[in-house]
Amino acid sequence: MKFGVVVFPGSNCDSDTLYVVKEVFNQEAEFLWHKDHDLKNSDCIIFPGGFSYGDYLRSGAIARFSPLIKEVREFALNGGLVLGICNGFQILLELGLLPGAMLRNKNLKFLCQHVNIRIDNTDTPFTLAGNIGQVLSIPIAHFDGNYYIDNNSLKDLHKQNQIVFRYSEQNGNLSKKSNVNGSINSIAGLINKNGNVLGMMPHPERASEAILGSDDGRVIFESIIQYFDKVKKPQPC
Amino acid sequence: MLDEKTITDHGLTSEEYDQIVRLIGKHPNLTELGIFSLMWSEHCSYKSSKHHLKKLPVTGKNVIQGPGENAGIIDIGGGLAAVFKIESHNHPSFIEPYQGAATGVGGILRDIFTMGARPIVSLNSLRFGPLSLPKNRAIMDGVVGGIAGYGNSIGVPTAGGEIYFNECYSLNPLVNAFCLGLAKKDKIFYARAEGEGNAVLYVGSKTGRDGIHGATMASAEFNDDLEEKRPNVQVGDPFREKLLMEACLEIMEKSLIIGIQDMGAAGLTCSTSEMAANAGSGIEIDLDLVPQREKGMTPYEIMLSESQERMLIVAKNEKIKEVQQVFSKWDLEAVVIGSVIKGGNLIVKSSGKRVVDIPVNAIVNLCPVYEREMRPPESYAPPLIIKEIPLPQDYNSSLLKLLSSPTIADKKWVFRQYDHMVQTNTVFFPGADAALLRIKNQKRALAISLDGNSLYTSLGPKTGGAIAIAEACRNLACVGAYPAGVTNCLNFGNPEKPEIMWQFQQVIEGIAEACKAFEIPVTGGNVSFYNDTDGISILPTPVIGVVGIMDDINTAVSPGFKAKETPIVLLGENQEELGASEYLKHLHKKEKGCPPELDLIKEKAVQKLCLEAISQRLLLSAHDLSEGGLAICTAECAFLSPAKIGCSLSLSESMRTDALLFGESQSRILVTVDKTNLERLLTLSQEFGVPANILGKTGGDRLIFFHNNKKVIDTAVKDAFNIWEQSIPDFFEPK
Repeated sequence: MKFGVVVFPGSNCDSDTLYVVKEVFNQEAEFLWHKDHDLKNSDCIIFPGGFSYGDYLRSGAIARFSPLIKEVREFALNGGLVLGICNGFQILLELGLLPGAMLRNKNLKFLCQHVNIRIDNTDTPFTLAGNIGQVLSIPIAHFDGNYYIDNNSLKDLHKQNQIVFRYSEQNGNLSKKSNVNGSINSIAGLINKNGNVLGMMPHPERASEAILGSDDGRVIFESIIQYFDKVKKPQPC
Repeated sequence: MLDEKTITDHGLTSEEYDQIVRLIGKHPNLTELGIFSLMWSEHCSYKSSKHHLKKLPVTGKNVIQGPGENAGIIDIGGGLAAVFKIESHNHPSFIEPYQGAATGVGGILRDIFTMGARPIVSLNSLRFGPLSLPKNRAIMDGVVGGIAGYGNSIGVPTAGGEIYFNECYSLNPLVNAFCLGLAKKDKIFYARAEGEGNAVLYVGSKTGRDGIHGATMASAEFNDDLEEKRPNVQVGDPFREKLLMEACLEIMEKSLIIGIQDMGAAGLTCSTSEMAANAGSGIEIDLDLVPQREKGMTPYEIMLSESQERMLIVAKNEKIKEVQQVFSKWDLEAVVIGSVIKGGNLIVKSSGKRVVDIPVNAIVNLCPVYEREMRPPESYAPPLIIKEIPLPQDYNSSLLKLLSSPTIADKKWVFRQYDHMVQTNTVFFPGADAALLRIKNQKRALAISLDGNSLYTSLGPKTGGAIAIAEACRNLACVGAYPAGVTNCLNFGNPEKPEIMWQFQQVIEGIAEACKAFEIPVTGGNVSFYNDTDGISILPTPVIGVVGIMDDINTAVSPGFKAKETPIVLLGENQEELGASEYLKHLHKKEKGCPPELDLIKEKAVQKLCLEAISQRLLLSAHDLSEGGLAICTAECAFLSPAKIGCSLSLSESMRTDALLFGESQSRILVTVDKTNLERLLTLSQEFGVPANILGKTGGDRLIFFHNNKKVIDTAVKDAFNIWEQSIPDFFEPK
């Protein structure tokens, strides 16, 4: 399958993400320049982490005006797979492809560290290779990762099973301590109602090779690839 | 002719002014005087240090570029070059901690990518006053925030560094920023304005009034007019720098340019005159063409501005369009502001008038060099009479107290504010002996260590200088890397004081001696004098950065204990030394005695042994003994073990227990080894002539030390860990 990694000015995990899908998972992958109008026939679009437009004004706020957004939006509305990591998640929120907003971390500091996240939904193209309750050690690196949503919408998220990842202890329990950035209901990642757009604050591309301390993030890329192989690839008659 | 006050206000002596008149054959106008004031400042000219810096070894078979360029370069094999440098941003960080530190990071990053290298890692060395004072907490909070704000945004991992606390930095914090980039060996760019008629392009941010006289400010002491200096500090824009970096690397990859220089200290002045001087040519620019942020800026202000995120490029005329296309892609301006000319003058025009016309050679190369007076201070090393130091009643509490000393305590509160993982090359996170970075698709890896203990250098400048090199190399050896190149940042007080100059000269001698012993070249660095506030100087603080190479990353060793029931072996020997130790300072409130002795032959032997043992995969963990000695080193090995494994050690030397536990004797490494490899390690130690003693073994959840069969320390790893981990956060996040 083919991944397209969008490059905004200020993206800084674009190369890391491309490296992982290309070199670690041996998939086709290309950068998509934000000023173009070409998704280059990608099967999955990734908004990588970084500081698009310096995160000035508000994290992710300016990226939504980039020319390529028009094509990505259409792609997503037609059921195409879109993964937003960190700043990419923030952009998806600004685009309205996912509900809610990000506040500053509860300690008002940038946080870069490995955290544990629990998979709460494996019925998605991004987690189907995982198990419910499985705990992954994946790094976060953000200032604005304190997810917020109003109460009614939060109920909807639960009802529709849209919460995919939650910050947890190593044993899967939720606690105030494990909820490092103060997110509502410890939400670390969520999916849209249609189940094709996922946003997550942790960086799976930083946890896909054992030499970097953890390869728990592999399950996300493996899921996408498996999903595509099984579901999307035209089956021989 | 300008009046005397104007001349002294520009930091120039009357002798220097007369020299300028002789060199340029006329009285300079105000703009010309401003140019000399910057370029002849201590910060830019190294006029007090040049004479001494000559003693440092700067050559070696792996050196591609030694001192004198934007950064040093060494060949690391595989067609790659490591481009690296450390630089100070002390003065701005005191006045405005966040922006001062942020622009320090921005400046060092530009020094690296200017040469065609993509920055892959930053580290920094910080010094603050005691955290009990709110002012020092505010400075530290701002500095750390600034480093994080800039480095995180631009996407270069800040993978470690070191932080010390001492009263002398209360009104004079030190911020030394290191950066390393990777370049193709055959694609390195230099600051040279070659080829008459070639275009001079200005790229990046517009010029504003910020940072005027920054370099001059950094070349004088501080007193109570501090607030007035705030406008001298520049404001950083990491987003703009990220775009600038991508655009510059793209034009270099496409070979579109001839020379390039960043506009750092002394901005347009420095970049134009240095690029011309380096190529033996002249340069002419028209200030009306320089993109400006505000209206009505005078030629003086434009030439002296230190606005950030700007570069000067020299390119052939036929390439201008392509260069501009690349910058336009990244939403940046690239404007032709002049050309390379014959002769050797810097000619600056404004509104059709020639406002500057002076020889670049005079600006760049003919600044007077001083051999300043030197004199040892009358009582620089108060002798330590060890018997006068009372022995602790309770070594448990001594250990716990020492663990809470901010110099020794866990720095996670700082490091987790830095994105230390972006670019996905960081293999060892901050807190290990050295930062370790893989090079994608290669077995080879790079390790970097920063070091500099100013207690040592204040009490024994020469030994202290040598120890800084030895310890940085030892840190690399603990990981499994051998040293390949050195950069240094020499932070001192006012060089016009003979005692300071003596310290400087001694430290240089120590560094030179150790570099020669290790056969490693110094490829560049930075001198920061005038670290004085209200007439009080900082302790002499050389910060050494050593870049090491590891042949096979798969053999890398980290400091934490790996398994239970593994023998703990000390490589090297314990001496009864307490001088200049953190133990004396923190527990006995004494900065006294001589720093530990350093025998470079022994030091090299222990490092070679460690490297050999690692390459033979004999070691499970290795950690160097430094501040706080054996007890602190052992505790850290337990803390850094994922399972927080404890240990029990039996020591039998006949010496004071406190010296044995907390003394800082050099040339020691604590290792653990699988039982089955113990004999091999001991045999290897004999071959290298290094004493190796089995001190005990890992296991349990307590830290236990016996001295001559008497239990002296017995504490739960968890309790000790909590004290070590919470010490710094407790200053910032009161419960």
